[in-house]
Amino acid sequence: MSRLKLEGLAKSFGGVAATRDVSLDFADGSFSAIIGPNGAGKTTLFNLITGRFPPDTGRILLGGEDIAGLDRRAIVRRGIGRAFQVASLFPSLTVEEALAAAVQAHQRRETAKLQSFPLASSRARAAEIMEMLKLTSVAGIVSRNLSHGDQKLLDIGLALALDPKVLLLDEPTAGMGPEERWQMIETVQALWRAVHMTLIFIEHDMDIVFKVAETVRVLSYGAVLAEGTPDEIRRNPAVIEAYLGKAAGAGTAP
Amino acid sequence: MTRRWRDLGLAGVGLVVLLLVPLLGAPPAIRDFIMFAMAYGLLAMSLNLLIGYTGLVSFGHAMFFASGAYAFGLAMQSGKFSIPAAFALAIVFTAVLALVIGAICVRLNEIYFAFLTLAFQMLIYNIILGWVSFTGGDQGLMGGIPRPKFLGIDLADRTQLYVFCSVLFIVCIAIMRQIVTSPFGYTLRLIRDNQERAAFLGIDVARAKLVCFVISACVAAVGGILLSLFVSGAYPNFGFWTTSGEAIFMILLGGSSVFLGPLVGTVILRLLTDVTIAYTSHTELVLGIVILVLVLGLRKGPLDVLAERLETRRQAVAQKVRDAADTEARKRP
Repeated sequence: MSRLKLEGLAKSFGGVAATRDVSLDFADGSFSAIIGPNGAGKTTLFNLITGRFPPDTGRILLGGEDIAGLDRRAIVRRGIGRAFQVASLFPSLTVEEALAAAVQAHQRRETAKLQSFPLASSRARAAEIMEMLKLTSVAGIVSRNLSHGDQKLLDIGLALALDPKVLLLDEPTAGMGPEERWQMIETVQALWRAVHMTLIFIEHDMDIVFKVAETVRVLSYGAVLAEGTPDEIRRNPAVIEAYLGKAAGAGTAP
Repeated sequence: MTRRWRDLGLAGVGLVVLLLVPLLGAPPAIRDFIMFAMAYGLLAMSLNLLIGYTGLVSFGHAMFFASGAYAFGLAMQSGKFSIPAAFALAIVFTAVLALVIGAICVRLNEIYFAFLTLAFQMLIYNIILGWVSFTGGDQGLMGGIPRPKFLGIDLADRTQLYVFCSVLFIVCIAIMRQIVTSPFGYTLRLIRDNQERAAFLGIDVARAKLVCFVISACVAAVGGILLSLFVSGAYPNFGFWTTSGEAIFMILLGGSSVFLGPLVGTVILRLLTDVTIAYTSHTELVLGIVILVLVLGLRKGPLDVLAERLETRRQAVAQKVRDAADTEARKRP
């Protein structure tokens, strides 16, 4: 069953087409990767899905409902969570405070009764998320003092606080060393298995992509170049050419 | 004991301390100093709801200080209202004014927000100056503010006025404290830290800012009412940009990250002003030097520095505990 379906999505900035006629279908509970060279329009695609920019044309169907053009808040409320390429955090709040505040924002209780923060329910949910992401030991640390890896995990945790049906991760392993990358992707995989949701991640590390993704979508110059299983993508000549160039790419996997 | 009860207990202690001042026979000058500090303290603390907790720097907050004072004074001069009714009217009037101005301003960020609030303040200030038949123009409200008795309270009596103002002041402080420690207070912190991300959490950023804008305006209006009762009048300078600037200076002097920082800043500023006036006519020069030292030296308020050091120490202790736990875990077979 389709959870998220993009139909003919297009977006231009000035005269530059950042996204061109993108049509993709993400099944409910799937674990998909989006790859592509720099400037292929991967992050723009996430921006369109999450309402940062409205698409010029096309439809974004979430569980059958067209959410294209809705504002960010409305899209979040419908179940799309997002973590960013550069962790987007609340620098002065501790991990626990940030997560509890995010949970209660989702519960729409931020202007409810003037109880003391954090509410018991949001605190409990924040504890669950920290446990899931192995952030419990840094619960009391202010976000700006966290390590890079923990900042990326907290960014994912903030998205998880919204109980998303679709979770978009923009380069979850960016800026990490090889060992840390695998730890991160294992955590993401464990998370996906524990919480039944559709997970889509952008990634540049092809070893990771081909090892963990169920399906891979390749973007190039804003358009869909190929889609399929990791094995199919690995052998796709158009993908090889996009990554390595025509002459060098003949017969070489990306 | 929950944080709320602890805060209410501290508010009670604060009220007792304030009430002890007249009981212990403090000279009138001390009482007058405290009354000024309470009125301007509410102005500064309410502005810090915007600056310190929401990240909105308003250059025009004093317009609400003036609107409270003028609305209350004019209502009392009309002779149609009791003091509680005039008080309520002034607050409602300010809330509506803040709702209209805020609805326009909160959608803008940083410098645009700051200058738009300044522009609205100058508009209000010029209405006060220009509408002489209603506001008394540059002379302020003429003839004083009547203070008829209500519920057995006689505000013409200086001691009763002091007690009344102290109670109102503590109630406002307790309300603001409750707001900043509530879930809504943390929503404001999310917006201050990263409003883009807050929107991606589903928070209605503009609405939360507007609610905060209106609440802070109402508290500033209470400050204006206290001052109008104290000086028995309302004057255009209540709503002039220099009054907003003073409030920002109070926040700078005390610190924006500590709840009572702006109140401490208010006391420091009034002390600085009163002491320097006694010795020199160059008060502004002294204040300017103090600002320079704070901005170039500390880059934040003294209480901010103190709070930051305490937090660093707390974090260092937490890190040591984590390291010890890690070492212990590694030793286990």
